[in-house]
Amino acid sequence: MSDLIINPDLARRILTGFLHSEISRFGFSRAVIALSGGLDSALSCYLTAEALGAQNVLAIRMPYKTSSQDSLDHAQLVIDALGVQSMTVPITEMVEPLFERFPDASPVRRGNVMARMRMIVLYDQSEAFHGLVVGTGNKTEILLGYSTLYGDSACALNPLGDLYKTQVRQLSRAIGIPEPILNKPPSADLWLGQTDEGELGFTYEEVDRLLFLLVDQRYSPQECVQAGFKEDFVRRVVERVRRNQFKRVLPPIAKLTNRTVGYDFLYLRDWGT
Amino acid sequence: MVSLDGMKLTIALAQINTRLGDVEANLEKHLSIARQARQGGADLLVFPELSLTGYVLQDLASAVALRPTADDPVFRQLFEASQDLDLVVGFVDEDSRHRFYIASAYLSRGSVVHIHHKVYLPTYGLFDEGRFFAWGDAVRAFDTRFGRVGMLICEDFWHASPPYLLWLDGADLLLLASASPGRGLTAEPRLDSTRWVEQINQAYASLFTIFVAHANRAGYEDGLNFWGGSTVYDPNGELLAQGAYHQEALTLAELDLNQLHRTRARLPLLRDERTALVMREMSRILGSRDAGIR
Repeated sequence: MSDLIINPDLARRILTGFLHSEISRFGFSRAVIALSGGLDSALSCYLTAEALGAQNVLAIRMPYKTSSQDSLDHAQLVIDALGVQSMTVPITEMVEPLFERFPDASPVRRGNVMARMRMIVLYDQSEAFHGLVVGTGNKTEILLGYSTLYGDSACALNPLGDLYKTQVRQLSRAIGIPEPILNKPPSADLWLGQTDEGELGFTYEEVDRLLFLLVDQRYSPQECVQAGFKEDFVRRVVERVRRNQFKRVLPPIAKLTNRTVGYDFLYLRDWGT
Repeated sequence: MVSLDGMKLTIALAQINTRLGDVEANLEKHLSIARQARQGGADLLVFPELSLTGYVLQDLASAVALRPTADDPVFRQLFEASQDLDLVVGFVDEDSRHRFYIASAYLSRGSVVHIHHKVYLPTYGLFDEGRFFAWGDAVRAFDTRFGRVGMLICEDFWHASPPYLLWLDGADLLLLASASPGRGLTAEPRLDSTRWVEQINQAYASLFTIFVAHANRAGYEDGLNFWGGSTVYDPNGELLAQGAYHQEALTLAELDLNQLHRTRARLPLLRDERTALVMREMSRILGSRDAGIR
């Protein structure tokens, strides 16, 4: 098979099993999810509710004052459809003092602060609710590094990280996520008018087909050009994937002793469970 | 050699989840499933690869290693359980020189009948077995109270030669154990890894006119899923039984060992196998100037 089409029933089976296993084996029965109103977090929430039962999931909406009303409304659609527990924690009054201290901060800095503030709220509720944080990052986003380190990428486990964005769409459609969420342009909603595809400079459809060849099918960049992709596009994506490797690994530890965490002290996280 | 003719054998495949590195907990599960299988009428119960330890052991490999002897507290209990039905269990075998092997032990009537050390350790892609384990160096069939049997572990039967050798060594029943991480999600209802394993197991049954039973892990380890779906194929390549995908199951199948007689009367592939030709050509190929695999 050389396309991105997936069997949604099989994906759903494996991912709900993963969520149930990897949460319950650590003695947890509950989960918390940051629900943005977008597709990725909606799908994570659907899968987690199916895995653990809706009453064991806490969905948290964390709007900033410029966040669109659509984001809030769409998150509410998910909460209502699933019957998960929910909470709304605006972050405006938490981040404003920092923005006032640095009034010249760029939109990227402000976006990072908001993403990390949401992480703080999410992890605080994780402790209060006794639930693990379920991630929402997809494979496209992870490969492109389109996330804030220690912000929206922070989680205890991630069911979506091996699905490209277009596959997230396919699974979301099959699982019955409400149409308004399926049909709107993806956005981090960190500033007005921001869209993923506008910011990245290409569509998910295009880049997923390229990443599928580069990563899954092990094509060389040259072979991708021969397969019909523009040379400049291939070069930009390859470079972006390489440059963002730091977001995909733990910080390197300087090796000094004979046994060092990460190099020759090797255990799965599931060790003993 | 014991003849399989005229017998029926009820085989049970235990596609279990395991606790990673917790031999005590896994042993309890083995003993409980052995009781369950016996009650269901099983004569032989097969557990998956590394069933007593879990699969992605990494630095746990040496800590969970066992010696399959009567003074080992884990094996002592398994020997007791094997008084009632024959058992195949997966474990880490530490030899007298402290090499660690991925192993399957065939236990019967309170003793070890045979131990197989995995001969192909996948060390590519998501696999890193060669880093942590020693390579087995033998592929041998052995006699059981049900006839002559061969055991292989996962990557062993992704290569065609070990099943072929066991066939020539007299095995009429292959017992295959895996902890196969599911991978290759496409539009198809099965994962690529599932499709591949089912195809080759059915092919071995058909090509060698033998019974092929495969016990595969269920559950998860970190992000890896194990897809279960244990199978038994008969000497015609027909599927006799299959465990559910992606969940624990105990699957029983009655093998009518007379099927060997009927299939080989129709299709004498074993009789006609040109082993001398194989040897001659193998010697030529491996002895040629650019020796090795072409």
